[in-house]
Amino acid sequence: MNARFTEIRPYRPFAFADLTELWERRDLIWILALRDIRTRYKQSVFGIAWVMVPPLLTACIFYVLFGILLGPGQRPTVPGVPYILSTFCALVPWQLFATSLRYSGNSLVSNRSLISKVYFPRLVVPIAPIVVALADFAVALVVLFALMIAYGLAGDFRFDPGARLLLLPVFAFLAAMTSLGLSLWSSALSAVYRDFSFLSPFTIQILMYLTPVLYTYDSIAHSLGQETLAVYGLNPMVAAVEGFRWALLGGAPPDAQLILSAMAVNAVLLLGGIIFFHRMEQTIVDVI
Amino acid sequence: MGDPAITVEGLGKRYLLGELDALRGMRMLAARAGAMLRGEPAARRGDRNEIWALRDVSFEVRRGEVMGIIGANGAGKSTLLKILSRITRPTTGHARIDGRVGSLLEVGTGFHPELTGRENVFLNGAILGLKRAEIRARFDEIAAFSGVERFLDTPVKHYSSGMHTRLAFAVAAHLDPEILIVDEVLAVGDATFQKRCLEKISEVSDAGRTVLLVSHRMDAVRRLCRTVMLLEQGAIVFKGEPEAAIGRYLGDAGLIASLGDRGSDPGKPAHIRSAQLVGPQGAPSTVLSRGQPATVELVYEINRKVEGAYVFARLFNKDDVSIFATSDCDTSDALSRGRVPGTYRASFALPTGLLNEGDYWINFWIGMPFNITHDRVPNALRFHVHEPRTFGGPDYIRSRGVIVQEIEWNTERAP
Repeated sequence: MNARFTEIRPYRPFAFADLTELWERRDLIWILALRDIRTRYKQSVFGIAWVMVPPLLTACIFYVLFGILLGPGQRPTVPGVPYILSTFCALVPWQLFATSLRYSGNSLVSNRSLISKVYFPRLVVPIAPIVVALADFAVALVVLFALMIAYGLAGDFRFDPGARLLLLPVFAFLAAMTSLGLSLWSSALSAVYRDFSFLSPFTIQILMYLTPVLYTYDSIAHSLGQETLAVYGLNPMVAAVEGFRWALLGGAPPDAQLILSAMAVNAVLLLGGIIFFHRMEQTIVDVI
Repeated sequence: MGDPAITVEGLGKRYLLGELDALRGMRMLAARAGAMLRGEPAARRGDRNEIWALRDVSFEVRRGEVMGIIGANGAGKSTLLKILSRITRPTTGHARIDGRVGSLLEVGTGFHPELTGRENVFLNGAILGLKRAEIRARFDEIAAFSGVERFLDTPVKHYSSGMHTRLAFAVAAHLDPEILIVDEVLAVGDATFQKRCLEKISEVSDAGRTVLLVSHRMDAVRRLCRTVMLLEQGAIVFKGEPEAAIGRYLGDAGLIASLGDRGSDPGKPAHIRSAQLVGPQGAPSTVLSRGQPATVELVYEINRKVEGAYVFARLFNKDDVSIFATSDCDTSDALSRGRVPGTYRASFALPTGLLNEGDYWINFWIGMPFNITHDRVPNALRFHVHEPRTFGGPDYIRSRGVIVQEIEWNTERAP
């Protein structure tokens, strides 16, 4: 229920959403996420296994592909780490980003029966799918550890943990925030212009190729010029994925500059996203 | 009764009909660019098709007051509640609500068929504004009130619609707000359930809470409300005593249930003597609910043998649009071949299911089309049809039709 005083005023185009109110209704985020987690895999035989099937298959396909194209020893991977492990490791934060963007970007449309009947802070709607994606992420993380143990036992990989492991949650958080920033834009836009619902899967796919997921940052850094590389680094997922892989598997640490630019881009995406979302949210019920 | 719980000043809401403004803007831009490239003069931007669902509405609801809002479909009732529930923003004006608001525009918003009754109680409660701890504290009460305790761990897709509604209402009934905004919740469910809803609302108001209620059920409005506001075309036209507001809404003045005996007129070959509109209780009525059976009865005299004549009835709405015309030979031509002198009673069932909310009148006519008029009585009967139920979707769309028909849509999401 709402606060003690409610002021109802006409649409204001540039206003910041009421984050205190959002915090008061945090239970709703959790319950909506729970709803999605409980209902998503109903009537599917493999259930939660679907979280790991696509990344494993993707890693295997590119293992074969790069083996043919570049020769068996030339696959773009972290030195001393098998390609499949290195790629699966990058796919874990990538899936976190892609899954939440996919659901969150469409969340206003898919929850329109709710938002046209009840008031609650609308920001709840795009945030809840990110909690769902975090649950998937936890499952994928377990599979990743299992994979590391399996490669370790086979002698193909030596796990060398360090203090950098503590940064793992930071990079996962960076991926989740990138997704939230984009979702705010995408959910508000696709509620008004459905065109964006068609555009979004395609954008996610292109972004994947523009992120060092199937290859490593080092493997293309040499082929790109300084300026091109700076533009490439504007994609915050570059730092998130590269950092995540480094924190877990080692190799060369990501540039501090890369991480700073990712944070800056993220801040702009998020703050702009909140304002834009709030702007659209005020009129969305009339057009959705 | 004390300080105002709800203060509304100059509230207005404009809807743009048809295509989305921005979308139209883009298409226009593309069309103009195309025209310029071809060297043609650019097309002019068409009129914006806009509608004010609410216009300059101001009022106050005092703490502890139960106010009813009545009006025809499209009068702006739902829009007003949507604004006060913060679902949509007003275009002009502002409102201030002092107290925790619970708004029920629908029973069971957000219920998910795959989830169990228990899970849905938490989901629905959280959507309506309760914290998890609050729901947990009230859970046993909610379960007992719903009467479906035995099925709380069954997915609600296996519930009957009655169980579904009872559980949903149980959650709503335990919101415990200071200000309750209710829209036509009473229109769903069976009679027992509706009675329970009414009891709960009067309980809430007895506890000194403020209630704003939109309803088409005049008996409910009469029983629950101390003040009633009548909306017409987005504006308040009356606010005051329930009886006065309801009387004004149903528009007793000017309605004619029965055309008194016009006597005989031996000078004419055919003469209409009397007519009346008979409601479902068998008595003359001026106010019908859509879908209720009603009969138009007509008594006429034939003074000389008449051949080739028809008896016509024609229904008009208040905009002078002819809704339908019918003759007593629609299904059989026998009567038109010849009527012998005498007094005739004719009647037909009025298809009230088709009639949109509003005022109607009936003209009668006896004669041969394009040839002779034996007798005619324009405006013989005048009556009002009101809509007893609520449809999904915005009311103002429905109010734009001459007839009303609930139409089932088939929509699939394209793969």
